[in-house]
Parts: sequence; structure tokens; C-alpha cells
Amino acid sequence: MGAAEAAETLRVAERAEVGEALGAAGQVRAGVRAYRMIAAMWIRSTMAYRASFAMAVFGNFAATGLDFVGILLMFSHVDALGGYTLPEVAFLYGTAGAAFGLSDLVMGSMDRLGSRVRDGTLDTLLVRPVPVLAQIAADRFALRRLGRITQGLLVLGYALVVLDIEWTPLKVLMVPMMILSGAVIFASVFVAGAAFQFWAQDASQVQNSFTYGGVTLLQYPPTVFAKDLVRGVTFVLPLAFVNWLPALYVLGRPYPLDLPFWLAFLPPLVAGVCCPLAGAAWRMGLRSYRSTGS
Amino acid sequence: MESDFIQLDGVEKVFDVRRKTGRLRREKTRVRAVDAISFSVPRGEMVGYIGPNGAGKSTTIKMLTGILTPSAGRVRVAGIDPARERTRLARHIGVVFGQRTTLWWDLPLRDSYRLMHRMYRIPDDRFKVNMARCVELLDLGELLDVPVRQLSLGQRMRGDIAAALLHDPEVLYLDEPTIGLDVISKAKVRDFLRDLNTERGTTVLLTTHDLTDIEQLCKRVMVIDHGRLVYDGALAGLHEVGESERTLVVDLERELPPVEVAGARVVKVEGPRQWLAFPASVSAAPLVAAVAQRYPLVDLSVREQDIEAVIAKMYADRSAL
Repeated sequence: MGAAEAAETLRVAERAEVGEALGAAGQVRAGVRAYRMIAAMWIRSTMAYRASFAMAVFGNFAATGLDFVGILLMFSHVDALGGYTLPEVAFLYGTAGAAFGLSDLVMGSMDRLGSRVRDGTLDTLLVRPVPVLAQIAADRFALRRLGRITQGLLVLGYALVVLDIEWTPLKVLMVPMMILSGAVIFASVFVAGAAFQFWAQDASQVQNSFTYGGVTLLQYPPTVFAKDLVRGVTFVLPLAFVNWLPALYVLGRPYPLDLPFWLAFLPPLVAGVCCPLAGAAWRMGLRSYRSTGS
Repeated sequence: MESDFIQLDGVEKVFDVRRKTGRLRREKTRVRAVDAISFSVPRGEMVGYIGPNGAGKSTTIKMLTGILTPSAGRVRVAGIDPARERTRLARHIGVVFGQRTTLWWDLPLRDSYRLMHRMYRIPDDRFKVNMARCVELLDLGELLDVPVRQLSLGQRMRGDIAAALLHDPEVLYLDEPTIGLDVISKAKVRDFLRDLNTERGTTVLLTTHDLTDIEQLCKRVMVIDHGRLVYDGALAGLHEVGESERTLVVDLERELPPVEVAGARVVKVEGPRQWLAFPASVSAAPLVAAVAQRYPLVDLSVREQDIEAVIAKMYADRSAL
């Protein structure tokens, strides 16, 4: 390749970057529009078989609810888990479950990226005039995942009724805040995990260990885990911001690792940082795919 | 502009292929899938793009659709740089991948089309007209409510072609559109494409293994081998490239050792039947006479060389270089 051609290629690449940066807001808008369109079609298609849909929701509800049954069984033998009572653990369980359920509903299909790269069907998405991320996220949009959210919210409801908390307006606000921010943080993990599959097509299980594994972790109090693990999910993969830190604030419990109390208010900020990072990882992955084709 | 509706200028695509050579060692080799290819296609032309497996056909199509970014060179389709403005280009092009569907596997055909309608923001009246046309010409009427996964290969291919055309693309890329189809489905697809090209003036670029596709549809053919364009011209001209040969098939009275006559060589023996290749430029008459004189001849026929053989010979000559 001659120097002039190399320079031209570079200029083209730069223009591409600038174009993407300028159009970021437009891209998001186009993505949301496409997402709604595709999801709506899948909902309509599932609703054609109402009975089977109802069964799927119930199945999802029951399967995810078994986790809580396990916790109940544990508490039938002990009074406290890592120093936490059943209602406190239920609070952690409910917030983590609702946050994760929300992101699983919206982004749960992302783990199929690797197989789409392998079988080549990703190419068919690349020739359509809407963002690829939205097409993959909305693919096979599964409303049955409402089962997990419902289940999480029910357990959360139980915790809120039973718990003896001195509610302040701030603490009340913390509950929806941590569910929403948590959902966004998990969604970022889904997207970043999918981006990783551009290079490692069989990595969907790695991704699952961070998403499904992550939510299982967050259902228990941080005191039952090794310090290094807690450090990891605080500073490396910021899952501790999904519910641990804000929930411990609401519960009036000491934070792990002697972290400062104001960290409890950071989830929206953490979510706000995770999003563009996940987006950048996704763009990097897609660019790598488009230059290697594998 | 109209004469370079599709334009490639010194386009290259280089892949790094990693191969396992040991438990942890990996050997990296550079593969030049497309090597300095230049061509242009005027608006409204229908061009065949052929070559053996791994020659770079699909890689070229992927660069023309913006799926892949070229390593070097310049690509323009309808004045758009596909790699840079992939989503904008998507409205101008239709793509049919023979081996995989662009339709939603679990949904009825009708739902896929409805989604295309909204995704491409196709005006309602255009959508209605195009749907009606595709349903009629591609015989989709009874298939609209069938989930795509239940369609036969031929039905699915027709469904895919319709999906690629609902938004009135100016260019249609077809990657192996007749692969695995039966004779009747192939004919249907070809008829439709011919009409599309003549009536709508849609520019069509098609890759295929089936040379009948090219013979029936394309005046112009491009041949790619090892990433390089080795022929670009009229289909008829392919015969003149290299030394074209004809075949004399003789049926002898009994099994005999290969016939020996001047000006021809035996290429195949099957029992009493033998195939003799001779230059296409030479008359068959003296050869027939020579064989008849020295061998117990029962029957004979002369076969013109088919395009497939011409191309196979072209590839063979190139790799011998």
C-alpha cells in the first residue's frame, strides 16, 4: 500500500469516527425507535398464543423464585446470614432481582451475539438501515421475563412491609433510584459482554457469569463474601453500586471495606459512566468485526 | 456518475488468519482475499460475478454493502462510501444472501415484511404496490402466514428476494441466489430478476456457482480468482480467452485402448465410449474421418465447450503460472 493511499485510508477512518461522534444522539434515537419497532412485533407475535405466554411468564416467575425459596430454607435453620436478618436479605434480593430483571427484559438477548458472529447472521443485520445494537437487543424480545421482575418486586414488597426502617424522603427516593440505576449498570454489562464476543465468540458463558452470576451475588449481603471479591465488584465491575451500597444506606448498615457513606448516592453517576464505556466497547467490537469479518 | 454507479478503485482486503500450530503457539498469516480490484458498473446493468470458492466474491459483496471495511482502495455505490455510511447506504441497496435469510426465522413472512416497511420507512402506497407485485410474481400468496422456518429453501429464497426489494433499492446484490434450488424455483427466480432489471432498471450484481444463471441473465461477467479480477467482459468473450476446446465423443464397437489420432487427445474413457478434445478453431470433419478410418466407429457426437469448462480451464491455467 502506497503512502498516499495509506493517508487516504486514514482520513476515511477519521471521518468515520467524527461522523459517529457527531451522530451519537441521532444514533441513540434511531436505536430506540428500531428497538421499539422490533420488540413490538415480538410482543404481538407472542400474544397470538396467550395461554402459552401466560405459562411462560409463570415458568419464568417460578424458576427465578426458586432462588428465594432457597434463601427461605436457609433461614429455617439459621437466624441470620452474615449478620443480616431475613427481611434485610429480602430487601437485597428484591432490589437486585428487580434491577436485573429490568435489564434482562430489555437487553437479555445480547448474549446471542457470539453465535450470530459464528453463523454469519450478523451480516444480515448490518445491511439494514438501523443500528445493529438495537436489532440484537430487541431480537426475540421476551415479555415472559416480566416474571423475574414481578418476583423481585414481590419479595421487595415483603421486605418493605416487614422491615423496621426510619424512612426519610432520601431513603424513599433511594429505592426506585437503585433499581433504575442498577438496571442501567447491568445493561452496560450485557452490552460490554456482547462486545467481548466479537473477539471471543464462545464467551457467552463468561458474560452469563457476570450477569446471572452477578445478580446471584448481589442477593446476599456483602459480609458473606471474601473481601477481594467485594473489592472486585466495587472497583472493577461496579456491581456493588446496583444495590449493596445504596441498600446498606437504607438499611442503616455499615458498608463493606469501610467505604465512605456518600458512595451510596453514586449509582446514577456510575450508571452514567458505564453506558458510554459499554457503548465504546461495542463500537470497538463492531469495528473490529467489520475489518476482519470474523 | 451514472456510468460508475458502482465503482471500485484498487480495492484490497487483507485478513490476518491465525492458525494453531501448537498448544499455545499461533501462526499468523496474511491473506489477501481481494487484491487490487477495480471495476465499475453503470446504472441498470446486470452483472455476473463468478469465481471458485474462496476467490473473494463474498468479500467483495461485503465491502460493497459496507459490512466490511476495505484495507485499501476506494469504493462508491450510488455516490456513497459504504464503509463510512453503511446505514445511509442500506436504503439504496437490497441484499440477498443465498445461504442465510434476512427474514425473521420464527415469524410469519407477513410480519417480516411489516417490520421492513417500518424499518425502511417505506411510504404506504409504495409498500402496497411493491408487496402486491412481489406476491404475484414470486408466488408468495399462500406463504405469507407461514413462519419462515417452515418454508422450503426455494420458498424462503423467493421470500428473501421480495424482502430485499420492498424499499425500491437502486442496487440489488445477490450472493448465490439459486443455490440449492430445484429447476422450477431457479427458473422462477431468474424470470423475476430479468423483469426487475428490464422494467425497473434496477442494477443487479450477482455471484453464483450456476453458470446458467449468468448465461440467462447477464451480458457482462466478471471472473475473480485468488482475489484478482481475471476477466471482465461479455459472456461470449470468455470462450476466446485461452484456448477453447471442443469435444468429440465416439462410441466404438468394443472397449479399446485410448484412440490415437493427430490433432486430438483422449480426455476420458468409459467402456467403449471415448472423449477426444480438439481445438475449437479446427474443423471436426478430418478428425472424424481419421477416427472412422482406423477404429470400429458406431456413433459419434461433437460437443461445444460449455462456459463452465472454459472457466475451469482459466483457473487451472492461472494456478499453473
